[in-house]
Formats: sequence, structure tokens, C-alpha cells
Amino acid sequence: MGDRIELGRRGEQLAADYLTARGYRVIGRNWRCREGEIDVIAEHGGETVFVEVKTRSSTDFGHPFEAITLGKMARMRRLAAAWCEASSTGTRRRIRIDAIAIIAPRTGSPSIEHLQRLS
Amino acid sequence: MKLGRTSSVALLGMTGTLVEVEANISSQLPGLVIIGLPDTALSQASHRVRAAASNSGMPLSAHHITVNLSPASLPKHGCGFDLAVALACLAAAGGIEQESLERVVHLGELALDGRLRPIAGVLPAVAAARAAGRSRVMVPTACVEEAELVPGMHVIGVASLRDAAIWHGGKFDPEPVDAIAGPVAPVREDDDAGDLADVIGQDAAVMALQVAAAGGHHLLMLGPPGAGKTMLAARLAGILPDLDDDAALEVSAVRSLGGGLPVGAGLSRRPPIEAPHHTATAAAMVGGGSGIIKPGAAVRAAHGVLFLDEAPEFPAAVLDALRQPLESGRITIHRANAVAAFPARFQLVLAANPCPCGLFGVARESCTCPPNLRRRYLARLSGPLLDRIDIHFRVDRVSAAQLRLAPDKPRLTTAQARERIVEARSVARARLARTPWRMNAEVPGRWLRSDGVRPSSSSLAALDRALERGVITMRGYDRILRVAWSIADLDGASAPSAEHLGQAIFLRKGSS
Repeated sequence: MGDRIELGRRGEQLAADYLTARGYRVIGRNWRCREGEIDVIAEHGGETVFVEVKTRSSTDFGHPFEAITLGKMARMRRLAAAWCEASSTGTRRRIRIDAIAIIAPRTGSPSIEHLQRLS
Repeated sequence: MKLGRTSSVALLGMTGTLVEVEANISSQLPGLVIIGLPDTALSQASHRVRAAASNSGMPLSAHHITVNLSPASLPKHGCGFDLAVALACLAAAGGIEQESLERVVHLGELALDGRLRPIAGVLPAVAAARAAGRSRVMVPTACVEEAELVPGMHVIGVASLRDAAIWHGGKFDPEPVDAIAGPVAPVREDDDAGDLADVIGQDAAVMALQVAAAGGHHLLMLGPPGAGKTMLAARLAGILPDLDDDAALEVSAVRSLGGGLPVGAGLSRRPPIEAPHHTATAAAMVGGGSGIIKPGAAVRAAHGVLFLDEAPEFPAAVLDALRQPLESGRITIHRANAVAAFPARFQLVLAANPCPCGLFGVARESCTCPPNLRRRYLARLSGPLLDRIDIHFRVDRVSAAQLRLAPDKPRLTTAQARERIVEARSVARARLARTPWRMNAEVPGRWLRSDGVRPSSSSLAALDRALERGVITMRGYDRILRVAWSIADLDGASAPSAEHLGQAIFLRKGSS
């Protein structure tokens, strides 16, 4: 159990570093509300980006993206709306939902994939 | 652009259409969606393909794959597209050679472990691929023999998706697997229906069978239970000549669609016989079913014999459904979005009891049926149907005397009879060479009565007299002429003589 949580934390850190390196400004991490949690919230090119991060140590049980189901996507949309309400600045914002898959083997360097503008 | 493209075949009845299978990878969450009017079994290919690919060690792209089946408006059924879908998806990801893939038509269902399962309808599908100008087809190992029945096709048999990918230039190490076997085709026996020599004391009936076989005439047998009607009908298929290439291919193609016996190596040359029970529905007779349209008994009997025992017990709608194939030799089945056509040129054999109790007209027995019931019983065979049946005859029970005499008389065997019939048919074909017809049964009366074809007036005397006295109608007159020609062909005569016409009149006495 502890291993899995640690793997997830490591993945989220890797994702945040990855986004920062690509010019994103990370404005929130692990934002929680009653509906659930948003892993990373960032700003890029005038858009607010909500990022779901999935980390696996191998693809033995499928690719990390396969764990993002339709139900999970629907929850992401509700969470994004909840975040916008909670942090309302009175201005309109453009939002998008991204996903980052990290395959981080115990030894060797992790691989990162980034899907933008999920529908 | 990440695109993979190959082709497969969609079957509608016996007609195949080449279908282009395209796969496109887009940067979305993983998923495999098949569009282009798939049915349920085909939609579920997405699950089979994903599992089979990853269990073959070639997992599909972790992005969204859209598979399009074109023409998109054509309904597509079944699991035969699995192989094409899987290879198009792998090609889209760049694992295999696109040029190689586009030259081959793919057929086959995938098991979750990546092996290929045999599918129904390989023969008509491969024939359709050839008709569309394609020369290479890839099929599951178990279907190779069937696919090779289509001449001029280069057939590639593969046991698994991995083998298929390697064939198309995929850089994978071969992993030998046990190919999934299909149903085993039975060893064919020519004489499984019994020999004509088994028939004792029914000389007239044996002659009638030969005449029917020689001329392709439909047949109605009337007789009490136990007279041997079923036994006689079963022997008709045995004395029919072997099928030619096109007919044999059609018979095997119907079998391939799941109608009847499995198809093995080599074409089956023997005409089929189908004997549906009298509780059969119209759909069972001509074919039908939701989604995939399956051939019915009349289609499975194409180029062979359709035997309806206890014919008056069949519902009138079922019997009348046979009128279209009797007329045109084809069956077309209409659905909201499709029309399927099947071959159905069969020889119809009807057997009936003379009345519900079956004893009317039998010596030393008395019929217990009231007269109006008896009349109604045979009236269930509609006029238009009986119109198309050239030979009507009565089969009586074999007497003790006939049985005692039987061992002394030489009897005709099936093989001998078949030789005579092959001979008679070739005579008829030569005579009809410059007409659109091939067998006596197809020839219209107008042609038979025309100058130069009509038998001499001396041989026609008895027939003309019967017409004058009103014993037979004009339609009956034509039918007797047709049958007389078949008898003459069997005898090797150049034209029907008075005696041949006499025999033909005898073969009409079963009813007016």
C-alpha cells in the first residue's frame, strides 16, 4: 500500500517537473473537494489545465491511460467545474483536461506521455 | 497521420462485397471503436482484437483507434473481420508493412490468445475477393482447404495473429502455436442413400425416377403408407449425374455458410438431398434469420433434390414459397436494408398419401375418410404448384407375388441408371444446344409443338384424341410432350414414338 502511494507521489512530482520544463505554471497540486482530487492544475497559453496523472511501474496490467475510464473523465469535468467555482476570479477562463502517463520502473529512467485536450 | 489500411469481405447471403478496413490512431485516451454499420459480434471485435494483440506480444497503441469499415452504408455481420481489423491497427502504429497488407484480403476470427479461429462462409468470401480482382487471401489454417477450392487464388494460411504480422514484414520472432481445428468434413460416400437395386417390384416407379432424373422433371408420388415413397425419393439423388464445376462450387458455398455439412478438401460432386419435416416454416424452407441471412432447405437442395414427404401436411404458405424458386431457380430474401439472393434450382419431389388415413384405393383395405375430407386433403397442394410438376404417379404396395418374383429378375443398380441418365442428358443438351434451355423440363410447350420439333402425327394420335375428348388440358398436353422427350432420350430415340407418348401419359395418371 505504502509503495503504491509513494509511486503515485513520485509520478505527480515527475509530471509537475515535466510541465514546468515545458513552460506551464503549476498553480495547484492535489486539490481536493467532496467529489475527489485533481492531481495537478497548471496554466499555459491562457488556459487553465487540469491534469490527471497515472503512474505505473510496468505495463504488465495495461497502459496507464487504460485506467482513465469514461467515469473518471466525467468526474474530472465535475472537479474542474468545482475548482473554477471555488477559485472564482470573476473573469472568464478557458479550461482543458489533460492526462499524463508515467511508466516508472524500479530501476532505469521513467517514460512520460502527455495527452492534451481530452474529450 | 497514423493510418493502416487493408481489406476483408462482407457477406450478404452468398454475395460478397470487398470491404476496406481503415484504422486511424488519434491522441485521445485508449479505446478501439469500430464504425461502418457493424453488428454486435463485429462491434465486440474491439475486445477480441485488443486482447489477442497484447497476448501475441504486440500490444495495440495506447491511444484512441478508430476503425472504419467502408462502404459504411453496407451492413456487416460476424467475426470474420477480426484479422483485418487487428492488422490495420498494427499497421497504423507502424509495426508492419502497409504495402504488403494492402495486397491481401484478410478473413478470420481471433481468439483471445491471438490464435485464429475458422469462420463460416470462407468459400463465398474468397470467391467474392476473386470476383473483385484480388488474387491473395489470408485465412485461418483450418480454412485453407476450403479457400483453395476457388481456382486462381493464392491462399495464405496462418495459425495466429503473430504469424500474420510476421508474414507482412513485422519484426517479431515466430512463436509456433497449435492451430485451432475446424469441424471435420465427413468422408464422402457415394451410395449412402442406398442403391436403386434395393427397390423391389416397383418397376414403374423406377422408370419414373429415371425419367425425372433425365429430364429434370419435378415429381409427385401418391401412395399408401408403406409403399416405399420415401425409399424411392432417397434414390433419386443417387441417380443424378455428378455436378459440374460451377454447380459443385455453389453447393459447397451454401454448405460453407453453415447450411449442412462442413466443406473439406476437394469439391463435393454429388447432388445434395434435403428432406425438411412438414412442420418447417417458410423461413426454414427458403432461408432467413435476423442479421445474418441463412440459407433454407430449398437453397441447401440447390442442384439436388428437395423431398417433401407428406406434402399436404406442409402449411400452404410454405409450399407456395417454393413457387418463386421453381420459376426462376433463385431465391431472393428481402430485408429492410438488404436483399440476399441464393441459388435454388432443385428438383422437387413431393410424396403424399391419397387421403388422411392413407388407405384410399388400396386393395383389401378400406378408407375411413369422409369424401370431402379426402378431397380437401389433396387440394392443399395448390394448383399453381402442381402445374409445375410434370410427373404424377401412383406407388402401390408391393404384393407377395412381386416379392417372390424379385430375386429372379435382374435389377437396375444406381450406377447403371446414372450412366443411362448422363447419356440421356447429353442427348437432350445436344438437341437444345441452340436454345436457352438445357433440360427437357425447362422447355416451354410452344417450342415442343413448333414445326420440326413436334413428333409425327401418327405418334401423337393417342394424345390428340385425349385432348379432343377433354381427358387432358392443353397444359397437360405440353407436360406429357416434355416427359415423352425425356423417355425418348433415355431410349436413345431421335424423337418420341407412340409408345414413348403412351408411357408419358401413364406418368400423368396419378391425378388429372
